[in-house]
Amino acid sequence: MRRKKECVAMLLAGGQGSRLYALTNNIAKPAVAFGAKYRIIDFPLSNCINSGIDTVGVLTQYEPLELNEYIGNGQPWDLDRAFGGVHILSPYQAKKKSSWFEGTANAIYQNMHFMQKYNPDYVLILSGDHIYKMDYAAMLRTHKETGADCTIAAIEVPMKEASRFGILNTRENGEIYEFEEKPKQPKSNLASMGIYIFTAAKLYKYLAEDDADPNSEKDFGKNILPKMLAAGEKMYSYRFSGYWKDVGTISSLWESNMDLLGSNPVFDVSDADWKIHSRNPLAPPEYVGDKAIVQNSMVALGCEIEGTVQNSVLASNVVVEEGAVVKDSVIMAGTVVKAGAQVVYSIVDENVTVESGASVGEEKGSGAGIAVLGRDIVIAAGTKIAGGKIVDKDYKGD
Amino acid sequence: MAYSAVGVIFSNIHDDNVSELSRHRTMASIPYGGRYRLIDFALSNMVNSGIDTVGIVTKNNYQSLIDHLGSGKDWDLARKDGGIILLPPYSDETDAPYKSRLEALKGVTGFLNRRNEQYVVISDCDGIARMDISDILRYHEEKGADITMVYHREKDAESSYYMTLSPDKTGRITGIKINPRIEGEIDLYVNFMVMSREFLINIIQDAVTRGYSSFGRDILTKNLDTLKIYGYEFTGYYACISSMQKYYLHSMELLDRKVREELFGARDIYTKVRDSAPSKYVEGAVVKNSLISDGCLVEGTVENCILFRGVKVGKGSVVRNSIIMQDTVIESGVRLDCVITDKNVVIRDRRNLAGCPALPYFIGKGRML
Repeated sequence: MRRKKECVAMLLAGGQGSRLYALTNNIAKPAVAFGAKYRIIDFPLSNCINSGIDTVGVLTQYEPLELNEYIGNGQPWDLDRAFGGVHILSPYQAKKKSSWFEGTANAIYQNMHFMQKYNPDYVLILSGDHIYKMDYAAMLRTHKETGADCTIAAIEVPMKEASRFGILNTRENGEIYEFEEKPKQPKSNLASMGIYIFTAAKLYKYLAEDDADPNSEKDFGKNILPKMLAAGEKMYSYRFSGYWKDVGTISSLWESNMDLLGSNPVFDVSDADWKIHSRNPLAPPEYVGDKAIVQNSMVALGCEIEGTVQNSVLASNVVVEEGAVVKDSVIMAGTVVKAGAQVVYSIVDENVTVESGASVGEEKGSGAGIAVLGRDIVIAAGTKIAGGKIVDKDYKGD
Repeated sequence: MAYSAVGVIFSNIHDDNVSELSRHRTMASIPYGGRYRLIDFALSNMVNSGIDTVGIVTKNNYQSLIDHLGSGKDWDLARKDGGIILLPPYSDETDAPYKSRLEALKGVTGFLNRRNEQYVVISDCDGIARMDISDILRYHEEKGADITMVYHREKDAESSYYMTLSPDKTGRITGIKINPRIEGEIDLYVNFMVMSREFLINIIQDAVTRGYSSFGRDILTKNLDTLKIYGYEFTGYYACISSMQKYYLHSMELLDRKVREELFGARDIYTKVRDSAPSKYVEGAVVKNSLISDGCLVEGTVENCILFRGVKVGKGSVVRNSIIMQDTVIESGVRLDCVITDKNVVIRDRRNLAGCPALPYFIGKGRML
């Protein structure tokens, strides 16, 4: 008998994440650091392995270098498998044509062979844009029980934000009778999470048809789902009520990091029953010095803290020297905040040096937005970066 | 250039040094420095010096060691040829497991015969150091030595424990004392030596035919004239875990930036990955001069401490000068001073425990107080 996998996951990781500005200058959005030791893609990958799905295709396109290196052979997620495991799927040159991925549906369509190799009954479509813990196995059970052709994970959002999402209008049993992509006047607040389970044969059929349609944008939300609904395919929603956050903007990325803080956090990454796996830094425990004050913060391995850290998330090997203050901020790996410098209400990318006495950002609540420093830059001693500024080059003052 | 060498690590030999901590485990798997085990230092030194095959000689209580090492992938030692190779007791003559280093070496000659590397690097697990083994092998070649033993100059030795070396001006060892009663400056053998693989196999064979039983007494000390035994002085930071008191004192040295920088500055000491979440400090937490590992939750006060992975310190608790091992839970209002807790200890509300640096109060694995 031919070996097969019941369900194969396809993770759309090609997003540029342009609203993260300097943070995605050189890396794809799913590779953006989150929560002191994670990257966004750790969440869907961990969800997969925790749900028993051990075959994942990761579709990359924009700046894939760092993402490819991070995923490697998939071992940190236990996804290094003899049959299955995680595979990076990049656009490639085929015999007849070669092209970039043109839309979400086209990206999956171009990788039909990958899916078919595993002869799956179901295909799970994911994106690498969200922070959440979700049991895809429970969703798959629902998909099988309802006998649906497509099941869409859905979450209730505040009505005033509903027009930013794909909105599902459903009957009481969860069956979808209408799908509206970013409607001006939404009829419900049940939003699509961009997580779909398809019965494989149906997916292949609609992908092929859509690819032949010259007017299609080759997008799941805009084309595939409406076409399936119009053709009378059985489509169900799967309600999800846990934490789910799109970290596609500077402010949502900041907020989501802050949601990790405290003894009873809004979002818990230390849940032993649903471990978030990641590539681990090779570093000793963090050191907190004699004069340090560390409060309401999350700190990763290898940090050296002699200054003050409040309401902040510090990734591995961050140095906060004596007299320096880091407050209401997200600091990524390897950044150094020198003596007497201060970083307030900011997101600072990897390997930034904030020289002595420099001041980055303005107090939260002052009206100014979140300051952002891109990776590998130096903020000169004594200079000042105003709140809400985005800086991605060395700064020596105006 | 990387030398062609295979590693051999003795995991059990000094188990009696810290009997409290080795009751349920080998010397090699004793927790150290917040997230390491003693063997991590020897293993990392070997890996970082280009050695990709390491035989680990075990004797008893090595379940925790197997659990720690896994496939060896966390040390980049999950290899098709070589990698980590566990060498449990092997005996073709008697049922008793080995009693000495020489007998243990005899038991691994099969392993040594199957390898084709030029040198053998032999290490115990009682030393904390970051050393470049290529330097030692280069020295060994330059001297044309049969055996090179590594030593560290100790300023004020007080113990009568271990082996001391007397090197002459050229570095050749002219005297070896085993368990001498010497105080003051000594050249302490750090239980690390190199020699060619063939040479080792030959001296083991020779020792077997002559019925020798001690590597130190019968092979090293008796052959100082005939064998070219050289000493290599390691001048970096070295800590010998020779007793519970030393375990405590040397652990606390990690709070010194210079020591930390030397051992971990290059970020190349490997250990088992546990996928713990980053540590969290809540509002009201006070942490001073301490090392905190991943997965910790600090709600109380922690001063001059080493907290291993997954430790919880509850509200109102004050923990000072202590070493708190993996997954220990300290509830509320607890006061600890100079305490070492082994893994998975629970200290209930408002307990008050204290030892002193010379005699830290030890709480065994899994105890609930």
